[in-house]
Amino acid sequence: MIELENVAYSYGGGELLSDISVKLAPGSFHFLTGPSGAGKTTLLKLCYGALLPTAGHVRLFERDVRSLERDDVAMIRRRVGVVHQDVQFLDHLSVSDNAALPLTVSGRQADTANGDLTELMAWVGLTHRADAMPPELSGGERQRAALARAVIMSPDVVLADEPTGNVDWDMSQRLLTLLVELNKMGKTVLLATHDLSLIRAAKAQVQARVLRISNRRVQLAGADL
Amino acid sequence: MFDRNTLRALAAGDRHADRVVPPTGFTAQLTLFVSGAMAFLAVFALALSLASGRLADRWGDELARTATIRIVAPEDQRAIQTTAALQVLSTTPGIANARALTDEEQQALLAPWFGQDLPLDTLPIPRLIEIEATDQGFDATGLRLRLAAEVPGAVLDDHGRWREPLVSAAQRMRLLGWTVALLIIGAVAAMVTLAANAALAANAQVIAVLRLVGATDSYIANAFVRRFTLRALVGSAVGTFIGLIAVWIMPSGGETPGFLTGLGFSGLGWLVPIVLPVVCAAVALLATAYAASRALRTLT
Repeated sequence: MIELENVAYSYGGGELLSDISVKLAPGSFHFLTGPSGAGKTTLLKLCYGALLPTAGHVRLFERDVRSLERDDVAMIRRRVGVVHQDVQFLDHLSVSDNAALPLTVSGRQADTANGDLTELMAWVGLTHRADAMPPELSGGERQRAALARAVIMSPDVVLADEPTGNVDWDMSQRLLTLLVELNKMGKTVLLATHDLSLIRAAKAQVQARVLRISNRRVQLAGADL
Repeated sequence: MFDRNTLRALAAGDRHADRVVPPTGFTAQLTLFVSGAMAFLAVFALALSLASGRLADRWGDELARTATIRIVAPEDQRAIQTTAALQVLSTTPGIANARALTDEEQQALLAPWFGQDLPLDTLPIPRLIEIEATDQGFDATGLRLRLAAEVPGAVLDDHGRWREPLVSAAQRMRLLGWTVALLIIGAVAAMVTLAANAALAANAQVIAVLRLVGATDSYIANAFVRRFTLRALVGSAVGTFIGLIAVWIMPSGGETPGFLTGLGFSGLGWLVPIVLPVVCAAVALLATAYAASRALRTLT
């Protein structure tokens, strides 16, 4: 589904990631952890074609990312839902319109998918905030709205970059539960976080692999977590 | 730059897609105002061009079909030579009508310079013969040779000496009018490109969000292109309408219009400015598409 093979990524003359090989199998749940600045966000961006590797190969849905045209990348992003820590919305549209944005840009009218949208807003617990504008949302509400937007197209993969970074523990648990539910629906999930307590809490809910970035390389984390 | 599907999507519009780009008050008003002002000016440029064209045609046609013969001869020879010249003219192909001006008519012609009391009979004023040619015209060179042989005091003036510069000037005015109209359209293109660039730069975050959720570059570009095209269309339609009213209420010169009093449209010419909003919209479409494709290539 998403495969990185001997990938390196350099930026500003320095190598940020080196010899990374990761394979996200369908239906798997992965945590990506490591200290701030280790390259978690960079690795996630490599996973949805926002960055190109400086060495090695990234294959998204069996296609090498270097062979993709810009429109191909757009089509792949419809199959990969992304949630960032610093989530951005279109501030002139309501929360529900923002959540429906992937439908809009793919030519599927949100009106016809209204039932799905209502259900989705209920799933993330934002029914009462559907008509609010994004600047009115709290940190946790923004993350849940971003998650709704990321999954409305029923993507194969959900990539979440520190989604719990700006929220309290209860909200972190709630977001984690939503991601676990998605995984149980068959979605592949990659969750980048530096919060080890979140990973420990997840162990009871889901069978996940934990990848740790250390010294520019990714290694499978052991029982010390 | 555009395939058929893209153009069809642009024409059809997309209520949902149009909403993804936030309204930008300043550039919207700027585009509307400048399109309107440019269309207003373009109406006058077209009016100037078309009026100059009509004047050039009129001067060319009317003056080409008239000529004058001056009989410069001693007084006792003047009447004889006038009769001889009229005889020559009556047998010249291409002459529809020829007649000698009366003393009163000649007096009236000279009155602006010498006053009403000019004693024509005491002055060696040449007799004038007015010639009106058929549509086919006459052979001026051949007529000159015949007159030289048969009427030595006759001098043919086919008006070419002063007609040609006038017609040439009118034709240049027509060209100038079209040049101004084209420059105005170029200015619209430049202004829309700048406004679209500003809007794209201001919406870099919007573009990033749209890309994140899977929008193609053509989808993003079209959202901007539709908006600027519509603004240019509406602005230029209003400007054209006001320009046409302004031209319409200009004083008319009646049957003998000059440059200023004849400035306007005539007959089907009134339909020419109607093309302006369409041209402005097409120019805005191309300019925004160009700006968007450049901006989207550089924005990551």
